[in-house]
Amino acid sequence: MRIAEPDGHLRQHLRHWLEENCPPAMRMPMAGEEDEVWGGTRAVFKHPDSRLWLERMASRGFTAPTWPVECGGAGLSPAQANILEEELRHLGCRPPLHSLGLWMLGPVLLRFGSEAQKRRHLPPIARGALRWCQGYSEPEAGSDLAGVRTRAVLDGDHYIVSGQKTWTSHAAVSDWMFCLVRTGAESARHEGLGFLLVDLSSPGVDIRPIRLISGESPFCETFFDDVRVPAENLVGQPGQGWKIAMSLLEHERAWISRLGDADFTREEPLAVLARRYLGDEPGPLRDAVQRDRMAQVDMDRLCNASAVRLAVESMEAGHALGPESSVLKLQAMELRQRWRELKVELAGFQGLGWEGPGFSAEELRITRDWLRSRAHSIEGGTSEIHLNIIAKRVLGLPD
Amino acid sequence: MGLLETTEQESLRETARRFMRERMPLSHLRQLRDGRSSDGLSREVWRELAALGLAGITIPSRHGGMGLGWTELGVVLEECGRTLAPSPMMSTGVLGTTALILGGAPAQLREWLPLIASGEKLLSLAHDEGSRHAPYDVGTRASLGPDGYRLQGEKVLVLDGHIADAFIVVSRTSGSLGDREGLTLFLVPAQASGLHVTRTLLVDSRNAARVRLDDVLATPRDILGTLDRGAEVLDPLLDRARVALSAEMLGSLSEVFERTLAQLKTRRQFGAPIGSFQALKHRAARLHCEVTRTRAIVTEAQHALDEDRATVPLLASATKAKASDTFLHVANEAVQLHGGMGVTDACDIGLFLKRARVAAMTFGDGAFHRDRFARLRGY
Ligand SMILES: Cc1cc2nc3c(=O)[nH]c(=O)nc-3n(C[C@H](O)[C@H](O)[C@H](O)COP(=O)(O)OP(=O)(O)OC[C@H]3O[C@@H](n4cnc5c(N)ncnc54)[C@H](O)[C@@H]3O)c2cc1C
Repeated sequence: MRIAEPDGHLRQHLRHWLEENCPPAMRMPMAGEEDEVWGGTRAVFKHPDSRLWLERMASRGFTAPTWPVECGGAGLSPAQANILEEELRHLGCRPPLHSLGLWMLGPVLLRFGSEAQKRRHLPPIARGALRWCQGYSEPEAGSDLAGVRTRAVLDGDHYIVSGQKTWTSHAAVSDWMFCLVRTGAESARHEGLGFLLVDLSSPGVDIRPIRLISGESPFCETFFDDVRVPAENLVGQPGQGWKIAMSLLEHERAWISRLGDADFTREEPLAVLARRYLGDEPGPLRDAVQRDRMAQVDMDRLCNASAVRLAVESMEAGHALGPESSVLKLQAMELRQRWRELKVELAGFQGLGWEGPGFSAEELRITRDWLRSRAHSIEGGTSEIHLNIIAKRVLGLPD
Repeated sequence: MGLLETTEQESLRETARRFMRERMPLSHLRQLRDGRSSDGLSREVWRELAALGLAGITIPSRHGGMGLGWTELGVVLEECGRTLAPSPMMSTGVLGTTALILGGAPAQLREWLPLIASGEKLLSLAHDEGSRHAPYDVGTRASLGPDGYRLQGEKVLVLDGHIADAFIVVSRTSGSLGDREGLTLFLVPAQASGLHVTRTLLVDSRNAARVRLDDVLATPRDILGTLDRGAEVLDPLLDRARVALSAEMLGSLSEVFERTLAQLKTRRQFGAPIGSFQALKHRAARLHCEVTRTRAIVTEAQHALDEDRATVPLLASATKAKASDTFLHVANEAVQLHGGMGVTDACDIGLFLKRARVAAMTFGDGAFHRDRFARLRGY
């Protein structure tokens, strides 16, 4: 244990505060994604206590524990934040807020943003008052992000932005977008990019939903038609966009891999599912092939959890995660895909329903979750791109 | 407690690594193999290793050991694995020592542990009997007569059996084949009459023997643990052995992967290093991911042993399955990526491939452990 005396005091204090302030309903596991709170001006609180819980946590800066107090955080050291996390886990508290602002934009603004940008943008993120989305991808720039064409041309103290973003998850329910734009010449590739913060209520912004194979529609295409964005919304310098965008991606990968495990604990264990659909006599399941695959997924999940634990401890000890985050992202997402696929297979005919009678709500969910999971090896960078990163930046293989 | 390596563990690793590189490099194994050494290892080098304290890492200091934990033992085993060091580390340092610590009477501990720590005595576990690892499939009988127990049976894959000073023989005192109940562990000296040891030469050139017990006499004082309840010693013993062997495999598979990476960076074809081809890059990157996962679970399991967590059996199975499968996968890929050179005897890569097969089968392969894991999870 590396917790010293004064931290023991902090632990006591936090435990006491959480016991007093966390509503009992917020100490139950979430039933599904619909229980997640994403904040923003269009925030949805399925349970009234969710709002209360968010407000209380935000009032103490506990939604962003390591951020400075003036930025809406609690000013805790990483080790102290870890104690908070342990105490939250100890009580079984739900996360008060899910947010790209907290996980991805915040750390980047703290590192690259101006004082004014930090003071303006971080507190509303920490309170969950404004919701952010990520505008990197474009029709011609998917894996090859340096091919971004959306232009931002300086006109006095404003940038005039025109172009198209695509696959912007949840743009239709977000307030702001952080995006990668071309501030310099097309030929400059990486050097010609800027990292810009755009208010989505600005005139000239048009957002249209895209439907997925799972039937859901959280994605959007976003069109910019001569949108005027104050020049002060550019983070860092005009040519620094690539560096900033990549730094943000490391946070994205670390976060994806960490969250990657949440569903496993929230959903029915494979064993229960298997007994229901493969026959429920006691003893080893009769279908030895499925049983072996279950064990493989189950074990790999343990391996991944330990790998994430090692990475988190290493970060807390002050080592940057760097390109190793690609290893975690790749593995966590491919494992989830295998798991979703296995669930559909275990459910047999009951895993084939789309809507209507004949299938329970969970069964319909198994089918759609499987379809949704095919995106895991695409979103946040495709598996192939992560393999490229690992080969080049972790293993040092030549170009 | 955190999983990161402490500075003490780092310096232990440094000591072990230097020793292995200097005294037990891969050429050492080749020499023993090609010179048809009758021992299959060097007792002199083993005593040198013992002099550094490494033979008795987990032996309590009052019995002459270092009194350290499983994480430290794992660090040393990993370094042994890097050079495929032929040593009694597994037979004596892990199996013999642990069996004694788990089940030995005070007199047995006093007699054996200091001699193990100093490198003077070697022990061996005589357990498996069939063609695969099956902990309770013990047919060797120990029948009680007027002068004590008479042991009758035959054992396979007895590590370092041909040079052991004594054997821990897993026998059946009641019940029938496959039962967990009714097993008893006896500590039998190698010179006991009726005990016949035949050295077998395995594909990996490391040491294993067959042992036949023909009316070997043992007394109740030779029992390790409790009569008929030998599984209470055997189960935790095997789980520790699985984690320990996984650590050794981790060292071997890391080494063979690193050698392969070096090959990808230096070998040129089509006017470019072969590692610049994406088809090979992606394979290397996937191997790296598997190595990372394996390292993570091995570390977790070692800490679980040190902290005596209830999840030890589950983690031991997950770890042994993962390490076995990864080692085989990495070794196969290593041969392929080395091209024609990879299938020559002169190239060290083949030695790792051979070792991977033997290590995977020892104490249960991937299939065995997935089955056990599923059972522990209730499906
Ligand atoms: C569910 C989901 C949510 C998303 N959310 C967002 C978001 O919020 N914001 C955002 O900006 N983007 C988002 N994306 C976009 C995502 O980042 C891109 O889809 C992804 O980077 C791949 O780009 P692409 O779709 O253009 O595929 P392409 O780049 O066209 O790739 C097609 C295939 O070619 C392979 N390929 C491409 N280049 C190489 C190469 N050099 N070597 C080997 N193989 C290669 C790819 O791996 C892939 O298999 C989301 C995507 C999904 C599916």
